[in-house]
Amino acid sequence: MFSLEGITTSVQDWLFMKFNPTMALAMECVIVILLAISLFAILGLVLVLMERKVAAHIQIRLGPNRVGPGGMFQTVADTLKLIMKEGLVPDMADKFLFNLAPFVVMMVGMLLLAPIAFAKNFQIWDINIGVLYISSVSSLSVIGILMAGWASNNKYSLLGAMRSGAQIVSYELSAGFAVLTIVVLTGSLQISEIVKAQENGWWIFKGHIPAIIAFVLYIIAVTAETNRAPFDLAEAESELTAGFHTEYSGMRFALFFLAEYINIFIVCAIGATLFFGGWMPLHIGNWAAFNHIMDYIPSSVWFMGKTFFLIFLIMWFRWTFPRLRVDQLLNLEWKYLLPISLFNLLLVAIIAILGWHF
Amino acid sequence: MFLKEYIADVVNGVSSLLKGMRKTGYYFVHPKEIITEQYPDNRATLLMSERFKGEVVMPHDAQNEHACTGCTACELACPNGTIKVVTKFEVSPEGKKKKAIDALVYRLELCTMCNLCVVACPSDAIKMAPNFEHSVFDRTKLTKVLNQPGSKIREGIE
Repeated sequence: MFSLEGITTSVQDWLFMKFNPTMALAMECVIVILLAISLFAILGLVLVLMERKVAAHIQIRLGPNRVGPGGMFQTVADTLKLIMKEGLVPDMADKFLFNLAPFVVMMVGMLLLAPIAFAKNFQIWDINIGVLYISSVSSLSVIGILMAGWASNNKYSLLGAMRSGAQIVSYELSAGFAVLTIVVLTGSLQISEIVKAQENGWWIFKGHIPAIIAFVLYIIAVTAETNRAPFDLAEAESELTAGFHTEYSGMRFALFFLAEYINIFIVCAIGATLFFGGWMPLHIGNWAAFNHIMDYIPSSVWFMGKTFFLIFLIMWFRWTFPRLRVDQLLNLEWKYLLPISLFNLLLVAIIAILGWHF
Repeated sequence: MFLKEYIADVVNGVSSLLKGMRKTGYYFVHPKEIITEQYPDNRATLLMSERFKGEVVMPHDAQNEHACTGCTACELACPNGTIKVVTKFEVSPEGKKKKAIDALVYRLELCTMCNLCVVACPSDAIKMAPNFEHSVFDRTKLTKVLNQPGSKIREGIE
């Protein structure tokens, strides 16, 4: 059966056989970097196309359908166009910060890749505080956005960046509480432990209603954290032209655009890991035959399938729901999501202590 | 009670959002609902809606007769001088003079498809046609004479 685990171990064995350990480690780092960058490039192309197609079908349109079969190469053409465009820096802008900001935003995405388990035993860094690492690193993205808004020397950019700051800082709380419910149920912060705990059933099924509430809260909070509609107040095309990346053009704009989709992928991957069992196949109780068939589907396919299902869910939200105002946004977080998630966490703690979950 | 209102609020909000998601989800899984017209490809089968305003035309019947009396109401109604009615006097066999149109000149390049001329016409002689492919290489071709050569007014229209 196809497995990524075999490939990684054989590559590692070969490297350690041929070179001394330091050299082998350095080469592994280079391989990981190349893989991460190529994953980002492919994800950018695939997710932008997926978004446009999903949006079109939800709005009873066809979407891109001219470049390549069924419009498949539309995003490739768009990327080529963006590469060839001139990257303008506005007058009186802080050039250093202006150039740095898109890379900070991208770097956060790259750092978040580290603890994600893409398949069975296929993980860059199985750190024992995985979930804590994710929630702390993901909050760094606000620095990149604030940097972009501040350095642009444009009041729209600054307003967008400030809104984004308020939004990310407040929604991090309920995202953190949603993640905590699963940590309470599992009793571990390590990603591999969390996945292993879901061997006989995913947490969304095993955790009863509190897990479902936590999942809904998580999806709402991460949609806000990634600055996507209906929470796209940082960009707010209708009132702030393009928010924090108003002044960006060419490849720097493409990096912000890419970072948005990378962040969606990452939060959906984390959501899939926490609530849908990561790479764990669907197992139902004592149905041995059914479970055996499910095991034949490679773990990487399970992981990607779950992640893309969540991505689709977020896209579905984006093209259905109306946008919020700033005050409504903060009301939603502080008056609804936060109290509900606190109460929910209490409920989950009771369930975990009394052992009511399966 | 506060808590009851709060919970009702949440339930209300979630259920109304789910209603919206059901509608968009239905559209997503039913590609036959797509309303996009792939225009140059489906030119042969393109269906324009009845009320689409593409240009002003003057319908003629089988005897090459129209309903225009030459009253110039359309010319007066036109806000940007698109229509020019050139009148003449026809002498009937009894020696009676009657006003009729020589040419109803319509300049498409000035027309905004506002429909005011059609509304103003007392005898419904002109109407809007759904044809929208008006591109030509020479702008003089956009100046059209709406009444066909040799046509005359239908009997009984005053």
